[in-house]
Amino acid sequence: MTRRERGPSAANQGEPLAVRVGLILVALAYLLLFLMMPLLAVFTEALRKGWAAYVHAVSEPMAWSALKLTLITAGVAVPLNLVFGVAAAWAVAKFDFPGKNVLVSLIDLPFAVSPVISGLVFILIFGRTGYLGPWMQAHGFKVVFALPGLVLATVFVTFPFVARELIPVMQAAGREEEEAARVLGASGFTIFRRVTLPSVKWGMLFGVILCNARAMGEFGAVSVVSGHIRGKTNTLPLHVEILYGEYNYQAAFAAASLLAFLALVTLVAKSLVEWRSGRRQEGAS
Amino acid sequence: MKIPFKRHSVLPGFGLTMGFTLFYLSVVVLLPLTTLFLRSSTLGWRRFWAVVTTPNVVASYKLTFGASLVAALVNAAFGLVVAWVLVRYRFPGRRLFDALVDLPFALPTAVAGITLTTLYAPSGWIGSRLAAHGINVVFTPAGVTLALTFIGLPFVVRTLQPVIESLDLEVEEAAASLGAGRLKTFARVILPTLLPAWITGFALAFARALGEYGSVVFIAGNLPMKTEISALLIMTKLEAFDYAGATALAVVMLVSSFVLLLGINRLESWTARAGA
Repeated sequence: MTRRERGPSAANQGEPLAVRVGLILVALAYLLLFLMMPLLAVFTEALRKGWAAYVHAVSEPMAWSALKLTLITAGVAVPLNLVFGVAAAWAVAKFDFPGKNVLVSLIDLPFAVSPVISGLVFILIFGRTGYLGPWMQAHGFKVVFALPGLVLATVFVTFPFVARELIPVMQAAGREEEEAARVLGASGFTIFRRVTLPSVKWGMLFGVILCNARAMGEFGAVSVVSGHIRGKTNTLPLHVEILYGEYNYQAAFAAASLLAFLALVTLVAKSLVEWRSGRRQEGAS
Repeated sequence: MKIPFKRHSVLPGFGLTMGFTLFYLSVVVLLPLTTLFLRSSTLGWRRFWAVVTTPNVVASYKLTFGASLVAALVNAAFGLVVAWVLVRYRFPGRRLFDALVDLPFALPTAVAGITLTTLYAPSGWIGSRLAAHGINVVFTPAGVTLALTFIGLPFVVRTLQPVIESLDLEVEEAAASLGAGRLKTFARVILPTLLPAWITGFALAFARALGEYGSVVFIAGNLPMKTEISALLIMTKLEAFDYAGATALAVVMLVSSFVLLLGINRLESWTARAGA
């Protein structure tokens, strides 16, 4: 399992200098055009009319309520999927049972479903003509075009993230340490907290970061179930869409810049976790 | 309690975690997806077929599959270069660019959509330069392809990077010492090793593009028969309360995604076997 350390001199052997420089330029041009330019454009457009207009756009009540709704939705969806991810990873990584591969494939299923379809299924269940819709309506529950619908659609699209990161990490960690702890008399919860968690915490954090980014940024699925009621069922991405549709570009980009900022925080956090977990492995070996 | 179906283990918690996993998976994912198929079956085969083969729907398949394919091919080509450069070469800003590759995963699709539209509009930074040459991207299939290229960018890079890292340099050295030129070494020694991961990355980018909605709808302009993607048609039908039509279209898209996903799984097991 030792990966050879590659210094720059070892890595650079092979291609002639001109080819190397050429390839680097092609790669950087591609990344600049497709990633750097859009990122810069978000903030430039947001500040086009100056700071005052920017502050006004991000502090208006509709933007605030959209931000609040986004935080609530992610605040419910991420912990739910975290608990699921831990349970699924424990069952898959620590035990042998038939059909394990099928289970893992089923967990990945939401990744293969278009966001629009993810929203559609909840309309089919809870909508006015849905299977449970009339019953819900009779008992005063509102799911579609309300907060529960937003949360459900978000839980669906972010379902695999934590489990997907945790399963391979827990599998790689093996079972011997947990089994030893068990033989020494530790309870299940103690084993998880004292033995398993320390070795998988970075993988778990990684999954939570990705899950959260998707939960806060989800657009298609949430768009289907929200009904676009301003100040009530508009998350931040939907707020961006409405402002853009009203040709209020500066305000749309101001709201979008909050989401772009969140994306940058995600990238930094992700890099930090990768760096920390990489160092940990080096220290451990 | 004895659970005969799993192998015995001293570790506790199988019943609890497995039970919760199956319950949560069923309630959140499996039951909702089942309703999609149940609902479409009430339509009857004849009406189902009529809905999924109307001319504007067929036009949307062509656009969705065509644009997704082109975008995935572009990402396969440039993704290989980007992954190679990020792993093998050292240059200033490498770590920054490496971290930036995940931007399309982290940036909400709606933000990507309005940003790309603004950049490529005739008044935008890039669009104005293209307009000088008589090229327009916004509200055309090229714009759809552009958005799908953006969101598919990380897949090929991220699947290739670990494989390039694990390449054995000694094999390349051996090829070189036996007289193979660098190009020949790459084509005959390196590329065959990368091929499974390369194809997997391509397929993942393609699958993601098929269902994409948020980043595309703004730059597409949604002109009937011209720049309407299938996901948008589902949305349009929903807004018109045509749930049956939306469901039928969703079933077609879902089945094609599943077929693709199954292909990827096959490919991954093939990769695992080839690597063993």
